[in-house]
Amino acid sequence: MTAETLLDVKNLSTHFRTRLGVIKAVDNVSFVLHEGETLGLVGESGCGKSVTALSIMRLVPSPPGRIVAGKIIFRGQDLLTMSEQEVRNVRGRDIGMIFQEPMTSLNPVLTIGRQLREPLELHLGMTKNQALRKSTELLQLVGMPDPETRLNSFPHQISGGQRQRVMIAMALSCEPTLLIADEATSALDVTIQAQILEIIKDLTDRIGTAVIIITHNLGVVARYADTVNVMYAGRIRETGSLDSVYKDPKHPYTVGLLNSVPTLDLDADARLEPIRGEIPNLADLPPGCAFVDRCDYAVQRCQEEDPELVEVGDLHYGACWEHERVARNLPGVTV
Amino acid sequence: MTVAATRSDPETEGNSLDRDSRSPLLEVRDLKVHFPVKKGFIIQRKVGVIKAVDGVNLSLYRGETLGLVGESGSGKTTIGRAILKLEDATAGEILIDGQDITQSRGLQLRQMRRRIGMVFQDPFGSLNPRMSAGNLIGEPLKIHGLTSTKSEYRRRVAELLRLVGLNPTMAGRYPHEFSGGQRQRIGVARALAAKPDLMVLDEPVSALDVSIQAQVINLIKDLQEQFGLAYIFIAHDLSVVRNISDRVAVMYLGKIVETGSIDELYNSPQHPYTKALLSAVPTADPELERKRSRIVLEGDIPSPLNPPSGCVFRTRCPIAIEECSNEVPELRLVRGTQRAACIRGDWYNRSTRERSPASGEK
Repeated sequence: MTAETLLDVKNLSTHFRTRLGVIKAVDNVSFVLHEGETLGLVGESGCGKSVTALSIMRLVPSPPGRIVAGKIIFRGQDLLTMSEQEVRNVRGRDIGMIFQEPMTSLNPVLTIGRQLREPLELHLGMTKNQALRKSTELLQLVGMPDPETRLNSFPHQISGGQRQRVMIAMALSCEPTLLIADEATSALDVTIQAQILEIIKDLTDRIGTAVIIITHNLGVVARYADTVNVMYAGRIRETGSLDSVYKDPKHPYTVGLLNSVPTLDLDADARLEPIRGEIPNLADLPPGCAFVDRCDYAVQRCQEEDPELVEVGDLHYGACWEHERVARNLPGVTV
Repeated sequence: MTVAATRSDPETEGNSLDRDSRSPLLEVRDLKVHFPVKKGFIIQRKVGVIKAVDGVNLSLYRGETLGLVGESGSGKTTIGRAILKLEDATAGEILIDGQDITQSRGLQLRQMRRRIGMVFQDPFGSLNPRMSAGNLIGEPLKIHGLTSTKSEYRRRVAELLRLVGLNPTMAGRYPHEFSGGQRQRIGVARALAAKPDLMVLDEPVSALDVSIQAQVINLIKDLQEQFGLAYIFIAHDLSVVRNISDRVAVMYLGKIVETGSIDELYNSPQHPYTKALLSAVPTADPELERKRSRIVLEGDIPSPLNPPSGCVFRTRCPIAIEECSNEVPELRLVRGTQRAACIRGDWYNRSTRERSPASGEK
């Protein structure tokens, strides 16, 4: 498969000005997404995964946030140099987005139908009747029971899973080339989560939409992603194909994350191996690697110099001075 | 399924007999917790009833962990709250060491509550923001009069802080100065303060980040070993439950649909809901994920105001038949200690040829 580059994020930095100082929520992040590809963006709270998505959508709340550097090339055009009007034409039509909390992202005083019609009329120039027909079709596609009646319902009258279905229908209504799902299923029950993820996969496969899945759930990524970016404290620390990152992690943070997750086939007596310590304060990061205080592989150099992403395998990059020791699973030998 | 089915061996059965000879620390008998639904402004009429917990039996032995799993609205939290008498039981008995607590009041209730600790899900909402960590942890000591002198009180608070992996010098800090993981540690220390026999842990790690989650799980396990505590571990995350529990009860719409030891239930689930639940959990192993078959349930959990007749799961069940709407299935013994409430219980053990209608597996 020789897919074309759809999205090329280059040296993106998004900072927030707060009372505690400047927080580098996204710090020099670069990655490429090809057409039809699914990218998993994983990391814990505050790692910058959501701000990366908001930056791509040009939805970073400003002030206090500001995209201070970088390029976001989407189908050959830099989104960051576009006017607000131009971005509005891309947002919703070429790039769809599903947020975590469907209750707060849907307008509570407008009916589902009214909200579904809006992008269709705005972006595709449909008449009200055409849009209504298309909306019913869309609700059917996402498996909404009784779609005609649901068009007249308000968001509070339907369940959380159904609201997320409406969000998917809305995000995919203009058949976008890129869909960003930011913790789209994290607030849902497992069986509903499975339903929603299958619908997203099914529909995006059909339209050929590329997907960025943003989640803290390593299992969701393992099930749906082709490539993975692991983020920590504003930067991508490891990136590569799903299998290379999961089977052969080269960054101690990825290793720690994978060891922290209990799995269904783990022995009941087996102890989890958590990462020690806490996520660092983003306003006051150490001068070297941000992970140094929690790392079992840290050496003197890690305290002083922040490592860049280097090639550690086939299309597999890691930002760690000691990645060879990580690969050979030799923690703590030279400290 | 992910794991090859392993039959439970006679050994576990032997253990369960042995266990039966001891008396359980906690016994819940046919517990019902119903909430009336009222309408009207001045004169309130009762228009319906939500059966949050509807006829549940449980037992828990010293030093043991019972995992209570289910999705939102399954009644798992209500059971936990009823055990602490934060919710009144509509019917049934809750026995602690053979003594029914559903009717206890006043001093008797307070004495009973000393023996049960509770850790809540939200480490932000469950701690009073105006109390320092030391006072939060020391409050149960004062209420139950467990320390006689000030120095003893201070020593005990410091000891509790150390026990949960916090520095005793942090006693003067307030909740907002702690991270989520640290706050949950304070919650655990507070629940431990009165030296309980039993702890009800209601989704103690689900609000935490993965790396912190593992730290708290290990802490909870260590404390159990150290003090021989019995745990009711309420969670929706089946992988976490597997890691911490000895036995599990799976709930759906106020009823237990399947129960058994960890190995029995995870290796060969018998109830179609347990099967679907297990197959819905994504695991962090790409290879395994590609191999796994998935059962995707259709529809939402029905409204508890108007639950389906017969088996409550039948509206989403891939193998439901007409009889399922007529009779409420009892929990029936499958093997060893495993029980399932399904009249189609032997379905998954039949050969594929015998299964005539589509099985619903994708």
